[in-house]
Amino acid sequence: MPDLKTEEMVVQMGPQHPATHGVLRLEITTDGEIVRKINPHIGYLHRCFEKHCEELNYHQIIPFVDRCDYLAAMNNEHGYVMAVEKLLDIEIPERVEYIRVIMSELNRIASHLVALGTYGLDIGAITPFLFTFRDREKILDLFEMTSGARLLYNYIWIGGVAFDLPNGFVEKCFEFIDYFLPKLKEYDDLLSYNKIFIKRTAEVAIIPPAVAIEWGITGPNLRASGVDWDLRRDEPYSIYDKFEWDVIVADGRVGVLGDSWSRYYVRVLEMEQSASIVKQALEGLPSDENVKSAVPKKVRPKEGSVFFRSENPRGELGYYIISDGSDIPYRLKMRSPAFCNLSAISDVGEGLLISDLVSLLGSIDIVLGEIDR
Amino acid sequence: MGIIENKFRDNVIITSADKFMNWARLSSLWPITFGIACCAIEMMATAASRYDQDRLGIIPRPSPRQADLMIVAGTVTFKMASRIKRLYEQMPEPKYVIAMGCCATSGGPYWQHGYHVMKGVDQVIPVDVYVPGCPPRPESLLEGFIKLQDKIRRESIATTQAA
Amino acid sequence: MESSEVFKLIESKYPDALKSIDLEGIEQSVTIDVNSIADVCNYLKTESELQFTSLMCLSGVDYEDKMEVVYHLHSLLHDHRVTLKVELSRDNPKLPSVSGVWKAANWHEREAYDMYGIVFDDHPDLRRILLPDDWEGFPLRKDYVVAEKYRGWTIRKIKEGFE
Repeated sequence: MPDLKTEEMVVQMGPQHPATHGVLRLEITTDGEIVRKINPHIGYLHRCFEKHCEELNYHQIIPFVDRCDYLAAMNNEHGYVMAVEKLLDIEIPERVEYIRVIMSELNRIASHLVALGTYGLDIGAITPFLFTFRDREKILDLFEMTSGARLLYNYIWIGGVAFDLPNGFVEKCFEFIDYFLPKLKEYDDLLSYNKIFIKRTAEVAIIPPAVAIEWGITGPNLRASGVDWDLRRDEPYSIYDKFEWDVIVADGRVGVLGDSWSRYYVRVLEMEQSASIVKQALEGLPSDENVKSAVPKKVRPKEGSVFFRSENPRGELGYYIISDGSDIPYRLKMRSPAFCNLSAISDVGEGLLISDLVSLLGSIDIVLGEIDR
Repeated sequence: MGIIENKFRDNVIITSADKFMNWARLSSLWPITFGIACCAIEMMATAASRYDQDRLGIIPRPSPRQADLMIVAGTVTFKMASRIKRLYEQMPEPKYVIAMGCCATSGGPYWQHGYHVMKGVDQVIPVDVYVPGCPPRPESLLEGFIKLQDKIRRESIATTQAA
Repeated sequence: MESSEVFKLIESKYPDALKSIDLEGIEQSVTIDVNSIADVCNYLKTESELQFTSLMCLSGVDYEDKMEVVYHLHSLLHDHRVTLKVELSRDNPKLPSVSGVWKAANWHEREAYDMYGIVFDDHPDLRRILLPDDWEGFPLRKDYVVAEKYRGWTIRKIKEGFE
């Protein structure tokens, strides 16, 4: 048919779209089913985090840090307080460090569980979502025991933690680990090695390592591209050097290195490692130390600046804090991992089918609260 | 309002029809799958295994055209406000709105310094039930649903006094 | 490689570009001349013993008398890091973009433009990223005054005399 004309069409995906994980809008130029150009629009959840940091004192910022990455509030708090402590140059009791690591790693598991469940939803599998949320609730119970909150904790404080571990926490946590590890097999049976899931994700949306580094992709997404880099091991902070665990790097056992399936599966394996860290931390937990002994009454760092980064479930979370000697930061910039991870989508997503774009978007596991701040 | 509201006077038949229609409406409140921020995670938790909002007949729908209920779960920013309004307008009558969490109610923690945060979604769309909390627990959201169901139970298609 | 050694390499390669070196405090940094920042960055990325392959962070800072852009670089291969600073005038903050060196800089620079009004020359797509296109002012500047209204919606709801 020689007279038939085709033209490219602009399709808006979002801000309300079940597969955009929040209020992300993608302006897609399509040629039939093929995506030719992606223009991401963000900022629909810009909550002025950095402005708040310039108005509130160092202690008051912690609840806002929680709300940036609401799936991994403990990890965000951990990174932030370590940055401030570096600025203040104070020593932390060992028990506090152990408690912080336990909480961060539990939250990493919880965050990855949401990533897994919602990724299943995006691809069209509803059941795994119910399974992962069942297990996530058990972690939230542990958090509720210690901090009183389910989602946003305000638990890790500068110089310490808000409360000591309650009675029975250690036993309950061991119980959870014993319950949780066999469940990983269940996810494998249910989703990871499901034929349809593999068809939808393996060899789809491949991010080569060079592209990943160029765009500043970090965390599980970088390791899925085969780059062996994890801040917890390579720039050890807190007490991560005391534990034995492996950095998970994808090996392309299904499909190829750097595809959506690798990004998904790195998270599954990482949960196992996190569980192992939690177990070791619980075993080595020093008893009876005052967890608030090092909490400063007034935080007034000397003039200067610090850039500190830590490993968030989504990648490298950096805080750049400039202090002018007062109790309010002069400037606080958050280098959010999901912001950088998402910026690569316009490069990686070109040439994909629309349905594969959903597979890519779900696999990079974004949290809009952290992207827009 | 919907196509039959305010068309009839209050009488015996209307009262029975009311009961039947309200029962149908409140037993199948379908919210639009629309999460904005932190509260959306609690909304998902409410939908998931432990809290199971299905037992109240609440099943999330991906399109506003199929939805009766909008749960504004999270901080509404000025960039988002016009989109929320449009989504609300796309929903068919009768439609209800739950403002979940402090941000949607009043701006929440971003109330004082949030230059880009709308201080309450009721500036853009009418709200039926406010659920406080930051974020509200799933139990609170369920309570919000029950409150909304109570509200629907009292509705009538008859002409109101004022009309 | 220590930061100070990197600074020496920059000094020997670009003697005119280096304005000052700060070795005090927790974070050592070097201030680069505005016009040569893109060249210096390109050198830092491509030189085989440096290979700063990743741009960790790019932040704008407003010092009331001047503006600053801070670059945090890291090399995955050699595992060393360095901090670069560029000072700009506050009236006309303008500098060459490094998005040609690292693609990651693209969104960071757009954010700095959005929040501070810093203009990056040769940036492929310099427009607001977080705030709406019709937003007035640059909110993270220290002299930013929050407007009363945006598109008819009230921004501040604080009563008089509240603070």
